[in-house]
Amino acid sequence: MVDKALKELGDSIADRLENEVNSVVVAYGELTLSVRAEHIQKVLTFLRDDPDCCFKQLIDLCGNDYPERSKRFDVVYHLLSLQLNQRIRVKVKTDEDTPVPTAIEVFPAAGWFEREAWDMYGIFFADHPDLRRMLTDYGFQGHPLRKDFPVSGFVECRYSEEEKRVIYEPVKLTQESRDFDFMSPWESAKYILPGDEKADDKAGDK
Amino acid sequence: MAEVEIQNYCLNFGPQHPAAHGVLRMIMELDGELIERVDPHIGLLHRGTEKLIEQKQYLQAMPYFDRLDYVAPMNQEHAFILAMEKLLDAEVPVRAQYIRVLFSEIGRILNHILNLTTHAMDVGAMTPICWMFEERELLMEFYERISGARFHAAFFRPGGVHQDMPAGMAEDIMAWTDGFLKMQDDMETLLVDNRIFKQRNVDIGVATAEQALAWGWSGPMLRSTGFAWDLRKSQPYEIYNELDIKVVIGNAGDCYDRLMMRLAEMRESIKLIRQCLEKMPAGPVMSLDNKIAPPRRSDMKNSMEGLIHHFKHYTEGIRVPEGEVYAAIEAPKGEFGVYLVSDGSNRPYRCKIRAPGFVHMQSMDFLCRGHMLADAPAILGAMDIVFGEVDR
Repeated sequence: MVDKALKELGDSIADRLENEVNSVVVAYGELTLSVRAEHIQKVLTFLRDDPDCCFKQLIDLCGNDYPERSKRFDVVYHLLSLQLNQRIRVKVKTDEDTPVPTAIEVFPAAGWFEREAWDMYGIFFADHPDLRRMLTDYGFQGHPLRKDFPVSGFVECRYSEEEKRVIYEPVKLTQESRDFDFMSPWESAKYILPGDEKADDKAGDK
Repeated sequence: MAEVEIQNYCLNFGPQHPAAHGVLRMIMELDGELIERVDPHIGLLHRGTEKLIEQKQYLQAMPYFDRLDYVAPMNQEHAFILAMEKLLDAEVPVRAQYIRVLFSEIGRILNHILNLTTHAMDVGAMTPICWMFEERELLMEFYERISGARFHAAFFRPGGVHQDMPAGMAEDIMAWTDGFLKMQDDMETLLVDNRIFKQRNVDIGVATAEQALAWGWSGPMLRSTGFAWDLRKSQPYEIYNELDIKVVIGNAGDCYDRLMMRLAEMRESIKLIRQCLEKMPAGPVMSLDNKIAPPRRSDMKNSMEGLIHHFKHYTEGIRVPEGEVYAAIEAPKGEFGVYLVSDGSNRPYRCKIRAPGFVHMQSMDFLCRGHMLADAPAILGAMDIVFGEVDR
């Protein structure tokens, strides 16, 4: 029942923004719109100002990384409407080089969220007035939440007694970083189990 | 007399400042003693929680949430567990829901005690913190009795809670509520009409309703501007719709309102705790679905099926179906949300933590403009900032 109402809301938004909205999905009782990145400002403004929507609050903005895709990043906006008591999720896709227009003019709260997404993923937001790093150290290199960034990082810092200051050095692990694969070998192992290669050969013969 | 030209100057507030409530560095541009611009530098407590969570199984990821807002640990766990349960479509026994709500409200009181009393200390009142931290210690004893840890409880589980309350605990909490209300009465006599306290807080850091919406405020910050918006009431989760909740709102949108609201919210939380204790039914505290919750210890010892499930649960962990959800709770500081993306494996693909403090901290600049330097700690204190969750 709730899903139906959500679907209707999503479809009515998609009807009125047919050039901008790519798809409307309702899953787990939540409504998700996929939007073309260059139109994000228009869509957010519409969602904020349209009397049927009134999504006046930007609750969250974050990035997400799918390295296997050609447009590897998602930018995910979560909006909340106090009037309708309703949430909506808006997603755009982008890559390392294509900037996403900033949402600051629509929601001032986007400022820090976009800085964080820039810091963590290297997603570039066009026309952001102050796109500095947010959470990482001064002078930090790289974007730590990318899937290809190792969890140990690249540099570590310590206080050097000789130089009388904090120095940065490449990470030295005293023990190899271990990544246990606890997934069931019957269902999800990404490697060929010892002995399995023979089974495949046989299957090929038949 | 010749006119003297006064230049603006920059002041470095923190990162080691007792009124910064942790590790906050603010670059302030001052004109005399008036603040013209504030640039908060956060991230000094950044521990990469989101990155670490991506490396862990769901159950292993849960304790990280205690360490976000370490002032009210179980509330954070609650958001993550709710997100997981949404994906798993888990059924939670009613008693477990009551226990969760009970401890969320205890968390709210823990948080408000800390916020109010340290704020009072920032603006010059020493006594409240000495009086109220005793109550806080008693609450942490309840935490300890139920989970074994005073702070980092790691007590909530998908499908329920780790353990039932020990015998006699309900009565003890009930007895504690009476003593607490008396203690709060005493503390309020020190604060509410205190002239210095009012001078430091009334009409400081005023925000309008429009500003509150535009800057994404939630929780007491949003309600101080007059919105009756409380997720416990408007988007009830667990058994909150069975409880009688009064939403406390302010109207002036200043620091004093925010603090008075927190005082009133503590009283409301006490009422909720009492309601929970009265209504709490008997029954299991953990889902019986072995794909979500581990079997009880005796099952594990006696049944082969139980042993297999136990082994799978603690090695491979829980497989969470593919999808993405956003789950939010009314944390003491505001809306604490978890955006969880699962790829169907036993580890979260992405777990974004939406911390209320992060959003509120961003408003520091416009709230402080035009105020005196001494007002900055008052504004910061009334915002209720804990850096564990701001920096993550």
